Amino acid sequence: MTEQLHLAIALERAGWHPAAWREETARPHDLTSPRYWRDLLRIADDAGVALATIEDALALTDRFEQVDGLRRDRVRGRLDAVLVASFAAPQTRRIGLVPTVTTAHPEPFHVATGIQTLDFASRGRAGVRLVAGASAAERANFGRRASGVDSFPASGRVEDSPEIVAAFREAGEFADVLSRLWDSWQDDAIIRDAATGRFLDADLIHNIEFDGEFFSITGASIVPRSPQGRPLLTVLAHQTVPYRLAAEHADLVFVTPRDDLAGFAPSEILAELEAASADVRVAREPLRAFADLLVLIEETASAARLAADRLDDRAGADLTSDARIVVGTAADVVDVVRELAAAGFDGVRLRPARQPADVIAIAEQVAPLLRAAGALREDDGAGTLRQRLGLVRPESRYVREKEFAL
Amino acid sequence: MSSIRQIHLAAHFPGVNSTTVWTDPTAGSQIDFASFEHFAATAERGLFDYIFLAEGLRLREHKGRIHELDVLGRPNTLSILAALAGITEHVGLVGTLNTTFNEPYELARELATLDHLSGGRAGWNAVTSSDAFHGANFRRGGYLDHADRYERAREFAALAKELWDSWPERGVRADAGTGVFLDDDVPARVRHRGAQFDVDALFDVPRSPQGRPVIVQAGDSADGRRFGAEHAEVIFSLHTGFDDARAFYDDVKGQLAAYGREEDSLKILPAATFAIGDTDEEARERSREIALQQVRPEVALTYVEQVWGRDLSGYDPDGPLPDIDPDTGSETARGWANRHAAVRARIAKLRELSETEGLSIRETVIRLTATHTFVGTPERIAGEIDRYVQGRATDGFTIVGHLTPHGLDEFAARVVPLLQERGSYRESYDDGATLRDLLGLPAPTTAPAPALAAR
Repeated sequence: MTEQLHLAIALERAGWHPAAWREETARPHDLTSPRYWRDLLRIADDAGVALATIEDALALTDRFEQVDGLRRDRVRGRLDAVLVASFAAPQTRRIGLVPTVTTAHPEPFHVATGIQTLDFASRGRAGVRLVAGASAAERANFGRRASGVDSFPASGRVEDSPEIVAAFREAGEFADVLSRLWDSWQDDAIIRDAATGRFLDADLIHNIEFDGEFFSITGASIVPRSPQGRPLLTVLAHQTVPYRLAAEHADLVFVTPRDDLAGFAPSEILAELEAASADVRVAREPLRAFADLLVLIEETASAARLAADRLDDRAGADLTSDARIVVGTAADVVDVVRELAAAGFDGVRLRPARQPADVIAIAEQVAPLLRAAGALREDDGAGTLRQRLGLVRPESRYVREKEFAL
Repeated sequence: MSSIRQIHLAAHFPGVNSTTVWTDPTAGSQIDFASFEHFAATAERGLFDYIFLAEGLRLREHKGRIHELDVLGRPNTLSILAALAGITEHVGLVGTLNTTFNEPYELARELATLDHLSGGRAGWNAVTSSDAFHGANFRRGGYLDHADRYERAREFAALAKELWDSWPERGVRADAGTGVFLDDDVPARVRHRGAQFDVDALFDVPRSPQGRPVIVQAGDSADGRRFGAEHAEVIFSLHTGFDDARAFYDDVKGQLAAYGREEDSLKILPAATFAIGDTDEEARERSREIALQQVRPEVALTYVEQVWGRDLSGYDPDGPLPDIDPDTGSETARGWANRHAAVRARIAKLRELSETEGLSIRETVIRLTATHTFVGTPERIAGEIDRYVQGRATDGFTIVGHLTPHGLDEFAARVVPLLQERGSYRESYDDGATLRDLLGLPAPTTAPAPALAAR
């Protein structure tokens, strides 16, 4: 029997190759235009892609990049991802919209209500991808945090940096607050009872009274419970500490299996996720795991190699990525995706090297080939992102608390 | 024709207060996206300048409980406006966003994003607050002294403008041949050190179609008016009586010269409610019906409980006002916008109204909160609106319907065509017009970014 999985796509300005904006098919003057994002998300939607993530950061520079001596040959500038997703919501039909949010500066309250509003505007297709910590440039843009982490510890292990560990604790708290705010209105809180003049039943709305290490948030959300109840919560994770964050708080984790690095074999990652889940994920749905691939697709393998060489030349270095890189034909990508399906992943998230070119290739070639091979988990054309991923609509924790109290 | 002043209208999405009638059988959801789609379509059909949204930071409470009697629950302002940007073409999108519980870098990039996504139709109603009740939902809590809230707002707006101005027009080079995406010195570095903010920023959103979103302001205190004269391009006021509106117009516009600004660089659009009838008599009856729906007996009692800060549940809404003193330090009414208004002055006003006319609690509250600005036939309402604008009492109005989501449908269908006949309202939108174009505002003057000037 063919293992089936979900297809996701990761949208990032001109694409994931740093020289992608210089391709003839690129639209480098369009990267902040509404039509660019409408086009990309509609292409993915029409192709039956289950969800699209949208990258974001609160700085002109990348996370560990030096601000001084800013490289002028990279794409700079972007739009706020939550708002791009909101913009696309009423113009798409089925695709899940999963913007990136960093957890060091934004207010969890604004993020919670923004994602709930995205859930209403998309009629149940909202998610969010949380990113822990803040770069030096992000901190300088806000001026609220004097110190932080500007590089990974030499060991490469998060555990060896108390600051990064703290950033992940903050991200966990952030996720916890989102989920509590999303639960704060029970489904039937709005009663519109003209006889008593009561619009709502205050007993069914709950101040979250959260008091944590990094922040305290007292009230309920201003947004009534949204179509999915809780929008999809996701993170990208590469090692134990973030795996644990995912296991504890996320519905779905993006991971980076590859054969050329110790500890990143598919089986090793899945085993780690299972171990991380064992302690903290009791009586909950299993964490969904999507494997990331960076893809560059041409009609022939040699054309793909040629395009990759051209891009690398222009970038002045070979492309590197945390994710496995597949340079080849759509059929090559499909082969790798099917391996990952067989290895037990619930989905793949393809990072197009070039936008829109590789987005179009995914839509026009990869998706149909996967479908023809019976490897794509199809949605029934209706329903929310959670339903599409086979996840239940969670009941508000406050309903349960009340039941226990009885 | 050119001497006819043009009327500007904003469409206020029904809010979280007793103005919005939910007990009407035709009232729809205040949160489903279909309601926003409907409302936006009406606003575009009526050729409004912009859609205006309030902001929620915390659910209102009454006597220690979440308030049950009014519509409650609304969307995140920025997200809903971004969604509307995708399904509208012309109408401006103005959101109320707080300067106390946001950071300039983040809000500036969100507003610049909205301006990009809408093709230049973004606006920002900048409001301030400082109370611990709202602060309890945010990282820093109620950290800001009440007296400092306008200081923060001014510094916030000035810094936001610096960030927006730090990218030149057509700042993205993106020369694929040479590989230069950005020229040197783009964007300009924004270094700002003030009492509220200490940032060293490189802004990450290229210049948006309007450069800066249109800035709207609503504060009515002396500080608020000064902030408005310095920074605002639209003022949302509550001065609706003709003489009162005229006095406000003269005061605020009179302050513009001190900031080197012209009369037309600021538009004053007070909130206006309405009731339309085929005859004036019918309109008055409708107004009365609406008022009775808005101020139901339990709503009237809640109102006086907020003002008095006391439990007055033993009082009869159809009886006289309480003769006891208010509890000005009480926590009875938290999260209400008027909490900081002078309570005793409010009570004196209520008492005067009630005593001179022998009004009950409910009738007094109706008189104070549910007297509709424009009541009459479409002809009468169009004539009144035009009189205010031609008489320089306002530049137009922010129209507030009492029903979600179709509260403006009748206004758009019946009043707007009459304004057009008078030659004082647009016949169509111009293609590609920005919100600033719709409002007839001059392009923002761009001071050289400080970092560049210093070099």
